[in-house]
Amino acid sequence: MNPPPDDAPPAPAVELSGIWKRFPGVVANAGAHLKVRTGTVHAVLGENGAGKSTLMNVLSGVYRPDEGEVRIDGVVHHFRSPSDALAAGVGMVHQEFRLVPSFTVAENVVLGAAERIVRRPAVESAVAELAERFGLATEPDRPVWQLSMGERQRVEILKALWRDARILILDEPTAVLTPGEADELGRILRHMADDDRTVVFISHKLHEVTGFCDEATVLRGGETVAASLPVSETDSSALAGLMVGSSPVISERPPPVVAGGPKLEVVGLGCLDDRGLQALHGVDLTVRAGEIVGIAGVAGNGQRELAQAIAGLRPTTGGTVHMDGMDLTAATPRQRFGAGLGYIPEDRMGVGLAPRLSVTDNAILRTYSTHRRGPFLDHEAAVAHCRDLVERFAVRTGPLDQPIAGLSGGNLQRLLVGRELSGRPGVVLAAQPTRGLDVQGVKAIQDLLVAERGAGVAILLISEDLDELLTLTDRLLVMHGGRVVAEFDPELAGRHEIGEAMVGHPPVGAASA
Amino acid sequence: MTEASLIGLLEATVSFGALLYLAALGEMITEKAGILNLGVEGMMAIGAVTGFVVALQTGNPWVALVAAIAAGALIGLLHGLFTVVLGAEQVVSGLSLAILGIGLAAYMGRGSVGQPAGAELVPVDWGPLSDIPWAGPVLFQQSPLVYMAVLAGIAAWFVLGRTRLGLAVRAAGESAPTTDAAGHSVAGLRLGAVATGGALAGASGAYLTLSITPQWTEGVVAGRGWIAVALVIFGAWRSGRVALGALLFGLTLALKTRLQTFGVDFSPILLSMLPYLLTVGVLVAISIRSRNRPSPAPAALGIAYRREER
Repeated sequence: MNPPPDDAPPAPAVELSGIWKRFPGVVANAGAHLKVRTGTVHAVLGENGAGKSTLMNVLSGVYRPDEGEVRIDGVVHHFRSPSDALAAGVGMVHQEFRLVPSFTVAENVVLGAAERIVRRPAVESAVAELAERFGLATEPDRPVWQLSMGERQRVEILKALWRDARILILDEPTAVLTPGEADELGRILRHMADDDRTVVFISHKLHEVTGFCDEATVLRGGETVAASLPVSETDSSALAGLMVGSSPVISERPPPVVAGGPKLEVVGLGCLDDRGLQALHGVDLTVRAGEIVGIAGVAGNGQRELAQAIAGLRPTTGGTVHMDGMDLTAATPRQRFGAGLGYIPEDRMGVGLAPRLSVTDNAILRTYSTHRRGPFLDHEAAVAHCRDLVERFAVRTGPLDQPIAGLSGGNLQRLLVGRELSGRPGVVLAAQPTRGLDVQGVKAIQDLLVAERGAGVAILLISEDLDELLTLTDRLLVMHGGRVVAEFDPELAGRHEIGEAMVGHPPVGAASA
Repeated sequence: MTEASLIGLLEATVSFGALLYLAALGEMITEKAGILNLGVEGMMAIGAVTGFVVALQTGNPWVALVAAIAAGALIGLLHGLFTVVLGAEQVVSGLSLAILGIGLAAYMGRGSVGQPAGAELVPVDWGPLSDIPWAGPVLFQQSPLVYMAVLAGIAAWFVLGRTRLGLAVRAAGESAPTTDAAGHSVAGLRLGAVATGGALAGASGAYLTLSITPQWTEGVVAGRGWIAVALVIFGAWRSGRVALGALLFGLTLALKTRLQTFGVDFSPILLSMLPYLLTVGVLVAISIRSRNRPSPAPAALGIAYRREER
């Protein structure tokens, strides 16, 4: 232990130097460094696989670095566990939430630091008080499995606040938030920084970095390529350039296409949510050939249930789903795929792909019955199909017979999208298709959707990224409380009006038919 | 059916119920922490033989009981070593433990077969309470282990549901990474739970040889460890419901030897299938109910945890 001399400037809250971390076959951090001043919001930027999460896991005690030094307030620490890090005041909000679904909000919040005897009413009111102090709306007695992703994230932040973390690490916190919620989070983080807490903020979204953060550190290939850049002296495109190491890529509005006849028609669709409450109240929508229709909304307003109901994964309580005039309301997911519905689910690893199956097995999950020789799988045909997908959709992968879990997020999504598009669908249902992907991944997936649109496919795009919706869609529907409350022309619509509709105040006369 | 035989039936129901409850409670605590231990039958056998042998040597039933509890905890920790520390498959380790425990118990007890018991746990005398008609013999003339089972059940309910430790144990059984990130030692919690489970199974085994049938015969546990495992599912991982289930399954055990004396023509073999049939019924009910909500089973049950995995 070597505290700094009294006359030195105050030590940075966080100082990581020469961090190396290797995993089998991967070097996640190759001498990365990071310095964060106390009382600032500091962005850590980088593409998927740049080593951001690993570096943050080293800082929060989840991983032990192979080499390198971790200093908190100038003091060297050797964290052996997350609790060591927490004891030093470092709390982390993971990208994959660390929550116990069957526990209540309050139980999750106090899990790491409860009184010896846990009295539920007292704990719940204490959690409610803390939530109120930081402006985080929550219901302490609700079990977490009933909450939307945005609500779950608030529970994660509450957990760290409950532990009185002075250094708070957020791993891509806005990936699950709507623009309004993201701005709110920005205010909360600023509030914390003003309270002399330190926030380390991992993100791909450059406008958030320039909007919320004081300084930015950029990682590429496990190394630090730019350290503690003052955000006021840089801009989005410079940061993007540092991240990808080449000129930044930004999707442009696709050229207009004359839409054809209706492909997907949903009339009066109703269904229940996981709690058995009505999630959809008679949703009507039509997607025509060569058209991208967007669905915007605050998380938890029925978008997830709408996607599942159209995909055939959630029983409906009323209404109909037609594709090309064919009634698919009661069809199985497989029948829907056969009828030309490509589905890119929100939950890639849970619903879209089977993590322990090989790349090949995942590639043929939808079409295995065509790759067969008598009752047996035709392995060569399956591998050929997989290789074709990997090449056409530029999936970077290791051996095709290895579990797919080894692929990075962007490559998983390319394979998944490729698999769904390879069935030559007439309708594509894409739920959060670019969430959590790096700049190049986002661009690749968006380009694929635009290309499908050009080929006359009807696309329903459910997204929480308003920029994506405004750029890609031909029509934009807004959902609130299980209903479509407004329809906008994305070229003319104002963000403010859309935001108002998202919270249930649609412009007069804008409600969709 | 006479009044005396009915009282005898109820008395035996409570006695067998407590026997099953001790073991099932231990298994429930183990499973709450995310470890499935199918070795209950073996741990009970070890507890039974240890209790009997130590009673023979010391003549003190309490020393024998403590030894049985310690032996059960040790065997439980062996399961913990394989599954928690070394990350072995829990079903395989548990099944091996069941077989190992039965065999080891037979070996340890080979010199004690047919010997009179060295000591017995005599029923507790509750004074005037014990003289109440019906309730006296059924509730207040039982072995000390019956009252221990009740206390253990209350303690488990309180600790699991109302304390920080219990919160952490349940979290370890629901999501190990979450528990780890919250600063608890997943391995410590799981080893503690598996040792507690072993200790309770050991006590249950000792109940057999120190109270119910104070002698040592090979195979004295006679499948009751398996009933205890089923009971945890039957009781949906809740100490109160497991207690009710233990009484119900205890009744089937008590009826088994009495059906004939009651003049009922029903096969005791079919009767002993009843706990398992009921458990299958509960499993079906759970899965029907679970369509729109999480199952009551701990979500991480049977899943080994290693921190650096990615």
